[in-house]
Amino acid sequence: MSESRFRLALRYILLTLLTFLVLFPVVWIVLSSFKPQSELFRQPMSLLPRNFTTENYAQAFSQGDFPRYFGNSLLVAVSSTVLAVLLNVMAGYALAKYIFPGRDLIFGLMLSTLMIPLQVIMIPIFLQLKSFGLLNTHWGLIIPPAATPTGIFLARQYMLTLPNSMIEAARIDGANEFALFRRIILPLSAPIVATITIFSFMWRWNDYLWPLIVITDNKLQTVQQALANFVGQLQINWSSLLAMTTVAIIPVIIVFFAFQRYFMTGISAGAVKG
Amino acid sequence: MQREMTRKTRRPRGNFHQTLAPLLFLLPNILIFVLFIIIPAVQGLRMSFMNWSIFGGITPAGFRNFTRLLTDRVFKITLGNTVVYSLATVILLTVVALGLALLLYKNRMKGEKAYRSALYIPSLLSMITVGIAWRFILGDEMGIINYLLRLSGGSGLGFLSDRALAMPSVIAVTLWAQAGYYMIIMISGLQAIPLELYEAARIDGAGRVRTFWHITLPLLKSTVLVVLVLATIASFKAYELITVMTSGGPGTTTKLIVQQIYQVAFTEDRLGYASAMSVVLMVIIGLFTLVQFRLGGKEQDYE
Repeated sequence: MSESRFRLALRYILLTLLTFLVLFPVVWIVLSSFKPQSELFRQPMSLLPRNFTTENYAQAFSQGDFPRYFGNSLLVAVSSTVLAVLLNVMAGYALAKYIFPGRDLIFGLMLSTLMIPLQVIMIPIFLQLKSFGLLNTHWGLIIPPAATPTGIFLARQYMLTLPNSMIEAARIDGANEFALFRRIILPLSAPIVATITIFSFMWRWNDYLWPLIVITDNKLQTVQQALANFVGQLQINWSSLLAMTTVAIIPVIIVFFAFQRYFMTGISAGAVKG
Repeated sequence: MQREMTRKTRRPRGNFHQTLAPLLFLLPNILIFVLFIIIPAVQGLRMSFMNWSIFGGITPAGFRNFTRLLTDRVFKITLGNTVVYSLATVILLTVVALGLALLLYKNRMKGEKAYRSALYIPSLLSMITVGIAWRFILGDEMGIINYLLRLSGGSGLGFLSDRALAMPSVIAVTLWAQAGYYMIIMISGLQAIPLELYEAARIDGAGRVRTFWHITLPLLKSTVLVVLVLATIASFKAYELITVMTSGGPGTTTKLIVQQIYQVAFTEDRLGYASAMSVVLMVIIGLFTLVQFRLGGKEQDYE
């Protein structure tokens, strides 16, 4: 496809403008978090802080339990992700590389749980977690969301592309099924492990409704809960809140830039969200 | 073939292990699905036919919860709000995502990846942080948008406090937060269209508009449908953004159905009645998910 230089230039200008527009809110928040409280709403407003300060961060981290919430979120997101990767890869492998009765039915049923998001079962889930003694525990945030239909779907798609001959060769060499999984399949699964890791981390880090239902104990709350509580106060302390918001954004941004490639392929391959 | 070879080499163990092993691999997943999705779903259905209160006990209610929904003013308002929010976000997201994808998707266009990543960034953020960011930006007195409006001689607008503006603001913010995600899906759909078709169209003398209507759009149909369905389901699940941006206000103008379910269940302790609302929501989401499965299946055939 060829395109006149004029049209191409127009396309670039339009895209650049749009990009600025889309990124402006994020930039505005981050820059404002470095402004002293007195400057936050002073007019005329300026994009760059006139008196650059990191005091808001010091304040956010010293008063209240923000470091604890950050640690809670990190613990929950990382643990749940490790579990999700293991469970999803195992399930994907079983569904792609074995022939056994009921396989397609199981796969179908697992996928159909997409129809039942947390929003529609939050009441019985609350009661279920309560009866298991999982309310107000991090286990309640780590275990139930770890098995996602999306992750299983992506893992299965990937496993289908691995050659059977390799698996057969390992079996002839006498490897049992679990050693085979551990020594042959897992090392070959790096790309899908990366994809599931980043999506799972992002979902769990950003979760709000799960922790809202499971956690009421203030000490166990996550960053997203802390942010929402902060907004719920009568007088919002914006300078602290903006610093906390920036800190809450950083982990996912880092993960994104480190693993960009996997994000794009993951979204296109899945087009399902869990 | 897989089985045959194993049988030859180690018959006694092979078959047993190859039936049992996959089930063991699947077991933890199956357990979680059963314990935390299937049983709760059935339980939720059961609860919708009961008066269920944590402090007041449990009694059968027959269909009363459902008949009561028909005359529940707040439920109808929140359901109506959800439908408005859903229609607006779905249509806008689809159109904007397609527009961005078309603008961006171009073979050998320099910097395509950088633009794509930049436009995707809002989709990385939790809806809580999105809500906080925009509440700061759209604030009545001290928000930057109102500052700029006043600076250019206009008067400030109550983006989040004006009854007529709150819902459009929430919709616009949703668009900002999610368009990048759907754009990526659209781009992958565009990439699947063979370039020869465009080449052929060009040789036949078809213009841009004709090419779009007769080649791009028909071949992108399944992708567009997937985006429509995903966006619809997402809109019916929406909760976080409203919580931090407007708390459902002013009045009940931006209150969505999930907010209402949460409030009736956990604040008013009417778990049975809230379960009936959940069942209505489950039916709506279930219908759209079924549509998505049918489309997803079709797309695999097409590839």
